[in-house]
Amino acid sequence: MSNVFIAFQHNEESRPLVDAIVADNPTAVVVHSPGLVKIDAPNRLQIRRATIEEQTGRPYDLQQLHVNLVTLSGYIDEDDDQLTLSWTH
Amino acid sequence: MDTRVTKKKLGLKDRYAAMTRGLGWETSYQPMDKVFPYDKYEGIKIHDWDQWQDPFRLTMDAYWKYQGEKEKKLYAVIEAFAQNNGQLGVSDARYINALKLFLQGVTPLEYYAHRGFAHVGRQFTGEGARVAAQMQSIDELRHYQTETHALSHYNKYFNGLHNAHHWFDRVWYLSVPKSFFEDAITGGPFEFLVAVSFSFEYVLTNLLFVPFMSGAAHNGDMSTVTFGFSAQSDESRHMTLGIECIKFLLEQDPANVPIVQKWIDKWFWRGYRLLTLVAMMQDYMLPKRVMSWKEAWEMYAEQNGGALFKDLARYGIREPKGWKDACEGKDHISHQAWNTFYNYSAAAAFHTWVPTDEEMDWLAEKYPTTFNQLYRPRLEHYRTQQQAGKRFYSKTLPMLCNVCQVPMFFTEPGDAATICYRESDWRGNQHHFCSDHCKEIFDDEPEKYVQSWLPVHQIYQGNCFDPGTDPTVEGFDPLAAVLKHYQINVGADNFDFEGSQDQKNFAAWRGDAPRGEQA
Repeated sequence: MSNVFIAFQHNEESRPLVDAIVADNPTAVVVHSPGLVKIDAPNRLQIRRATIEEQTGRPYDLQQLHVNLVTLSGYIDEDDDQLTLSWTH
Repeated sequence: MDTRVTKKKLGLKDRYAAMTRGLGWETSYQPMDKVFPYDKYEGIKIHDWDQWQDPFRLTMDAYWKYQGEKEKKLYAVIEAFAQNNGQLGVSDARYINALKLFLQGVTPLEYYAHRGFAHVGRQFTGEGARVAAQMQSIDELRHYQTETHALSHYNKYFNGLHNAHHWFDRVWYLSVPKSFFEDAITGGPFEFLVAVSFSFEYVLTNLLFVPFMSGAAHNGDMSTVTFGFSAQSDESRHMTLGIECIKFLLEQDPANVPIVQKWIDKWFWRGYRLLTLVAMMQDYMLPKRVMSWKEAWEMYAEQNGGALFKDLARYGIREPKGWKDACEGKDHISHQAWNTFYNYSAAAAFHTWVPTDEEMDWLAEKYPTTFNQLYRPRLEHYRTQQQAGKRFYSKTLPMLCNVCQVPMFFTEPGDAATICYRESDWRGNQHHFCSDHCKEIFDDEPEKYVQSWLPVHQIYQGNCFDPGTDPTVEGFDPLAAVLKHYQINVGADNFDFEGSQDQKNFAAWRGDAPRGEQA
């Protein structure tokens, strides 16, 4: 079992993303450091467009997360509705 | 979000396929191998380029849109920082020295990366890889520009920031980053990708951009943290390129596995040695600290890199040869590097200092088995000497490792009291190395590394003096002649921070009493 992680700039645009990740990934751990919010999860972490849209009440294109993304680890599987980071082995 | 997100007619995967495939062509009146001479000569076998997928599936239209938004945000912050005299709000003027080293040693690498990706983007026959390399090339040029723009504000107020490009090609310690990238861009295209996209971007850049930039935020430097995170947000894509490239190479043909393993061994170690400068920046050059080099190493190399190599084991890939030595080095390298720069700061374009007692206590807490035992006594001795008016500057030249070009200050694995020396004889000449791993790299490609431009050798050969300099005249001072050639402003850009113009100016602008005169 290894962690995957994703980190965003700590700002208002990232807040609904972080909230959505916490809602959808019960094992996710949020770590704050200056300017930065990093989310670790064992093996797998999924970001769902629908959950972000529920948080904000507005349409969201997952590729918008590039604007505030800082770093990540794990293999990425992305389509219009979700972005998943995982280690498979 | 100020840009409207239009509803796409095609799904993400279909749009990516439509915009990255079928863009190439088969040549007709010249053989393909003559038009694309580089993507076979390393022995890498590719059977189906269409298996190459960019996991983010970013296409050029989306790329321009989101990069445009990032630029608007970044320049808004830089402008606000400048208008608000943000340079006066940083924790301490010592901090600026980390920015000097960044501008001197890291920013030019962005430009090299831009050139490298432009080159490989031209050389691959697969369109997916070419599109990804093209975007990365543009990103790297953007980083070079945004870093230069953001740091130019500091150049109005502080020394050591006015000549970075000139220094990159000449100054001794900057041959470390320069040689890393020149080695990479003179490899073949697949070696370049394994070197830069995988070993450097995926395994190591988090160590540079994440804790250090968080440190910039902590030290009140909003301008730097914003360009840092803006650059690192591109790095996330570069990292996906790195991991995709490895997976692709390993899945295309089993014959690729040993070639890739050798490159991973080589480039992990070269990248690790390069990051010695970052270890020192993080532990010694941030007045307000976020995490130690050791903690960053554990988080991003041991945990994240470890997860990666565990995953790659299914292809027969093992962790890099130098991995264990690198993990042992987490307790030592920042202290050993700072000691060296402290001694050589007459010949460096930034200031050094002995950490305060409080800072030494922090280092002792973070390095419980090494700092008090090995490194604190030396620093306290330096401070005693400095306070007695006997600040020591080494005026000799250190022996350099023929591969990583770092002065030979690293110690033996398992024995931090003995300097590590290795050597190889090649065609009648002796070549020296800082470690088993640098020696292995040399022994594998001696024809390449005998060509290394080693600053110390060049100085001794008389190649680092201005034209017309006569080293035979009475009273010739070689260091002064070298610094003149470097165009370092002696007395302003170099020597100890204590007593420097930077220190005095900063205190005057902020209305602080100079250090040492405070109650």
